[in-house]
Amino acid sequence: MDPFRQVEGVVTPLNRSDVDTDQIIPKQFLKRVERTGFGEFLFWDWRGEEGFPLDRPEYAGSPILVAGRNFGCGSSREHAPWALEDFGFRAVIASSFADIFRTNCTKIGMLPVQLPEADVQELIQAAEAEPGARAEVDLQAQVVRMPGGREVPFEIDPVIRERLLNGWDDIALTLAHEDEIAAYERERERQGPVTTPFA
Amino acid sequence: MGRTLFQKVWDDHVVRPAGPDGPAILFVDLHLVHEVTSPQAFDGLRLAGRAVRRPDRTLATVDHNVPTIGRDQGIADPLSKAQIEALERNAEEFGIPLFSIRSNRQGIVHIIGPELGVTQPGMTIVCGDSHTSTHGAFGALAFGIGTSEVEHVLATQTLTQAMPKTMRITVDGELGVGVGAKDIILGTIGQIGVAGAQGHVIEYAGPAIRGLSMEGRMTVCNMSIEGGGRAGMIAPDDTTFAWLEGRPGAPRDYAAAVERWRELPSDGDARFDTEVAVDAASLAPQVTWGTTPGMVAPITGRVPTPDDYDDPADRDGVRRALDYMGLRGGEAIEDIAVDTVFIGSCTNGRLPDLRAAAEVVRGRRVAEGLRAMVVPGSMQVKAEAEAEGLDAVFRDAGFEWRDAGCSMCLAMNDDILQPGERCASTSNRNFEGRQGKGGRTHLVSPPMAAAAAITGHLVDVRAFDPDAVEAEVG
Ligand code: SF4
Repeated sequence: MDPFRQVEGVVTPLNRSDVDTDQIIPKQFLKRVERTGFGEFLFWDWRGEEGFPLDRPEYAGSPILVAGRNFGCGSSREHAPWALEDFGFRAVIASSFADIFRTNCTKIGMLPVQLPEADVQELIQAAEAEPGARAEVDLQAQVVRMPGGREVPFEIDPVIRERLLNGWDDIALTLAHEDEIAAYERERERQGPVTTPFA
Repeated sequence: MGRTLFQKVWDDHVVRPAGPDGPAILFVDLHLVHEVTSPQAFDGLRLAGRAVRRPDRTLATVDHNVPTIGRDQGIADPLSKAQIEALERNAEEFGIPLFSIRSNRQGIVHIIGPELGVTQPGMTIVCGDSHTSTHGAFGALAFGIGTSEVEHVLATQTLTQAMPKTMRITVDGELGVGVGAKDIILGTIGQIGVAGAQGHVIEYAGPAIRGLSMEGRMTVCNMSIEGGGRAGMIAPDDTTFAWLEGRPGAPRDYAAAVERWRELPSDGDARFDTEVAVDAASLAPQVTWGTTPGMVAPITGRVPTPDDYDDPADRDGVRRALDYMGLRGGEAIEDIAVDTVFIGSCTNGRLPDLRAAAEVVRGRRVAEGLRAMVVPGSMQVKAEAEAEGLDAVFRDAGFEWRDAGCSMCLAMNDDILQPGERCASTSNRNFEGRQGKGGRTHLVSPPMAAAAAITGHLVDVRAFDPDAVEAEVG
C-alpha cells in the first residue's frame, strides 16, 4: 500500500446523499477477477446524465471527491474504492460514510474524510460554483484546506492514521503477532464447526 | 455492569486487545467465501507466498454469478464462467471446501451456512458480503468485509476491528395477521433511516422477535446493513437450539453446546449505547416506493411527495427517487402496477418463505403478461420445496421455478430487469439499477410478492386472501 500524507487538487462535487456502491460500480463489472481497470466503469449508470461532474473537463484529473451523507452504503464490494482509486481519486470527503466502505478505503490507502455537514455543503457549493476550485487534504495535520484557505480539522482513528501515513501492510502487521494467534488457537479457540468434511 | 450478547462474543474472540500500537485482533471462527469478492484476495496470497491459515474454518460456494437455469449446458457468459472457475481453482489450490455449481449443497452463502449447521451461537463469522449479518440470527457476531479483509482473514484467520457501538432494537407488541419478519425490518429501517445504525452492532429483542421462527429472524438480521448496522444479532434460545439440532455441522455433544450457548444472552443490567423501540402491532405489510430501503410505506399508504420533507437533502433524494421510479408522488401504493415478481434471495429464499408465497398462489394464475419467478436460496431448499410439491404450485400458477443463486437480487446473471420494468421483489435492495439498469424495485414480503403476481399490482395481502395469510409462517 502506498503511504497517504496529503493530496492537493481540483475538487469534484457530487451533491447526492446515500450514494450506494451499486452506483459507484454496477454489478456487471464485478465479473472481472483482476484488481485494476475499474476506473472507466465508475458511476457507469450516471455517466452521460446532463452536467454529471465526472463528465466535465473542468474536473478532469481531480484527486478529491466530495459527496453527501452516508456515502458508500450498501454492498461491501471493494471494487467501489478500487474504481474510485483507478479513476484518480485519493480522498473522499462526506458528512458520513457507510462502515464497510470506510474500512475498505483505508485498506487500499484511500482516505475517507468525515466533515460536518455545513463544511461539506460549503465545499460542494464552492466546487460547483467555480469548477476547478482546489482544496488540500492533509492527513499529517488532520485538516482540510478549503478553496478559500480556511482550515477544517477532521478526526480519524490514530491507529489507522499511522498505518496510512506509513503505507503499512495490514497482513504483515497482524502476522507480527503470529505467536499470539497460535496461542489463541491452542488455548481458547472454541470447538467446531469444522468445514473440511463437507468438501 | 453486565455484558451484552455482542460484548460476550467479542470478548471470547480477542486475540490481542486494542492498544496504542494497533487495533484489536479478533479470531474468526468461520469464513465464508464466494466467487465475486475473493479472486483478488487469492491473487494477493499467491503474490505474497502466503497460505490459507485455516481451511477447516473456511467454506466456499458460488452464488452471485451462477445461472439459475440450464446448468447442464454449462455457463454461457465467458466472464462468469472464468470467475466461477477461478474459485474452483483457488479452492483446490488452497484446500478449501467448495460447493460448486454441480453440488446439491450449492446455494446463497447466507442460506447454506445455517442450513449446514456451521453457523452457530457465539461464533464470529465473516464473508466478503454485506449480508453476512444474516448469521447474527443465531447469536453469532457476523459481518461483511471487503476483499482486502478477505485476504487478511485467509492469511491470518483474524481480523483487526475497532470496537463498534451497540444498539438494541426492541420490537414490542404482537404482529398482525399477514405481517411478518420482512415487514418488521422494513418498518424498522423506515423508522431509523438507512444510516440509523451506522457504527453500531444491533441486537434485536422483544416479544415480536422472540416469536419469530429462525427463518424470520434471519430475514430481520439480514437487512441490518440496510439500516447502516455493522451487524445484527438475536439472542439464542430454544427456537435456535431446536432448529440447529441434527444438522450436519452441529456439535456432536449437543447438550454441552446448548449449555454453553445459554450463557450468551445479554445480562439483565447490560447497557446499550442506543435504544430504539418499534411497535409491531402498528405495522401493516410494508412496500418500498423509492431507491433506498428506507423509502418505505405501509401498503395502505401513499407515495410521498418531496414537499412532505423538511430537509433539503431529503427533498432532493425523494425527487430523484420518484423520477427514477416513474412515480409522481401522492399515488396510492396499491395502484402501482408491476410487470415482474421475484421471490428469492438471502432475505427471503428459505423454505417458509416459499411456503408462505405458495399459500397465496395455490390454485390461482399469474396476471396476464406478468413475469414471475421463484429462485430458491439453496439447492437444499429447492429439494425440500419440491418434496412438498411447492414447485408444482408455482409452476401451475405460471411462475418459473429455478435453480439456487442470487439471481435477480443483483442481476449479475441473465435474470435481469429491462429499463422501465417494475418488480415486486422479496430481496433487500431497491437501489437504482440493482435489478438491471433502469429497472424499478419494490421490496416486499413473500406473500405480498405472491399476491402482486396474481393481481398484477401491489396489493394488501390481508384483504387479498385472508385464509392464506392465516396459514403463513414467520
Ligand atoms: S441474494 Fe442478493 S443480497 Fe443476498 S448475497 Fe446474493 S446478491 Fe447479496
